[in-house]
Amino acid sequence: MLPKPETSPTTNIRKKKMSQSVKDNITGYIFVSPFFILFSIFGLFPMIFSFYLAFFKWNGLGPMTFAGLDNFRIIFADALFWKSIYNTVMIGLLGTVPQLIVAFLLAYALNSQVVKFRNTFRVAIFMPYVTSIVAVAILFSIVFNNQSFGLVNSIIGLFGYDPIVFTQSEWGAKIAIASMIFWRWIGYNTIIYLAGMQSISNELYEAAKMDGANLFQQLRYITIPVLKPFILFTVFMGTIGSLQVFTEPLIFFNGNLRPEGITVVAYLYRDAFESNFFGTASATAIVLFVLIMIFSLINLLFTNRVGRSKKRGASA
Amino acid sequence: MYSLLIFAALVSLFPFYWMFVMATQPNHVINQTPPALLPGKELVTNFQNVLANIDFFGAMWNSFVVSTAVTVGSLFLCSLAGFAFAKLKFKGKNVLFVLILVTMMIPPQLGLIPTYYIITKLGWLSDLRAIIVPGLINAFGIFWMRQYIKEAIPDELIEAARIDGCSTFRIYWNIVTPAILPAFATLGIIVFMNVWNDFLWPLVVLQDQSTHTLQVALRALNDSYSRDYGMILSGTFWATVPLIIVFLLFNKAFISSLTQGAVKS
Repeated sequence: MLPKPETSPTTNIRKKKMSQSVKDNITGYIFVSPFFILFSIFGLFPMIFSFYLAFFKWNGLGPMTFAGLDNFRIIFADALFWKSIYNTVMIGLLGTVPQLIVAFLLAYALNSQVVKFRNTFRVAIFMPYVTSIVAVAILFSIVFNNQSFGLVNSIIGLFGYDPIVFTQSEWGAKIAIASMIFWRWIGYNTIIYLAGMQSISNELYEAAKMDGANLFQQLRYITIPVLKPFILFTVFMGTIGSLQVFTEPLIFFNGNLRPEGITVVAYLYRDAFESNFFGTASATAIVLFVLIMIFSLINLLFTNRVGRSKKRGASA
Repeated sequence: MYSLLIFAALVSLFPFYWMFVMATQPNHVINQTPPALLPGKELVTNFQNVLANIDFFGAMWNSFVVSTAVTVGSLFLCSLAGFAFAKLKFKGKNVLFVLILVTMMIPPQLGLIPTYYIITKLGWLSDLRAIIVPGLINAFGIFWMRQYIKEAIPDELIEAARIDGCSTFRIYWNIVTPAILPAFATLGIIVFMNVWNDFLWPLVVLQDQSTHTLQVALRALNDSYSRDYGMILSGTFWATVPLIIVFLLFNKAFISSLTQGAVKS
């Protein structure tokens, strides 16, 4: 068939444009589809299924029986569950709060123009972050060995104290686990703060000094305000990370997760993969999810309040 | 200030040194009080004991395969999606992008049990695919690539290539990818390290010893009944050395990529 003679050049262009935009739509969808395909299989579906599973009794093999809120009742009645939440929060506080303060001081020192070998110090302090958590946990479980020959216990012994049985001590276990977190993440947070401090021009400090501001005032009115988004970021990541602590206690207790140091994820893992209580483990997963959401929301609200002008510093 | 920095550097580095010391000592020296602080002579023996207990090089190879596959796959798929979000026009683009960002908020443990079940159904238990396939693309990578491509590549360049008759994929392949090599390097380091150091998921799905990654194998080594600390720390030490070497060679790229990745998100 002959093409219609009345087709004008303008409609031709429009047709071509139309087909181009259709093409764009299709390629766009194709290019972004791998994420959505993989996410629906390994992210979305498991997530929905977890919510479903939390209301059933299931050991992974046999039939699933509807249990209503029983799984939640079971975990809420389990003293070890509450202990795991308490432990997670305490380990998180012990591991992150001192860490962020020290990281801030270290970043401040590293940022100082008078200090030499800054790169060497930076590399040394950052190195623990590169190590795997498993390696750190093994190493620290030997540093915090229960026997008198453990490194920490032999130092304690020098002062004439008896060795601490770390794995069975309420605070010993928490301090040991928190110190693994402290050691591994301190360099990372130092570098984040350093990145923030380097965005502050020296002229600002010079001007402040001219006005007679002392070191504390410089920190209070220049460094900390500019660093606020960075501080919020590290607090946010620290909180989320703390809630998910798992490897450290598992290795520290050598699989025998004792109440002195069990964390929420470790509790979940034990329920699911050691006891095959998939229902209660899913209920725990949902509690964890809710906790993380609450902390994220608090953080978001807080970040929004801090002011948008300062936020720009974080994305630069 | 120096004393603070020197003290911090010593605290950071001492465990590495001590790990090395322990890796060279026979067990009876380690069990003495105070512990040895100087290297001994058992470096080789201890490592031979490691090899007798776990398939160290096999595990390292598994870690390497898994990390490389996930890195290559996610660099390709994340940049492809990032390119689409940055430069292509399609309906619902913004909604889809926000959806991707929202998924970053979900803790991975939430779907742990059902994902394990899916892997079982697929027959991928103790199969490296169980680690590779779910890791092939990640929300952070897409976000990262979109930001970079948006800034690095002018729209005119893409229009010009279009007029020359380039297909969209060819534009991606011939124009976008060469221009975003720094973004590849940054994201590559982050992804590789995360996969290499991942523990919980491999521990759950890699049950057969021959498929263990280094982290899972180290755990097995630590769990062995004989508490031979020299042997255990020898394994930990040799598993850490390659990472430290790579880190020391590329420390600038490492540090800047991890801060960029962190600060951008």
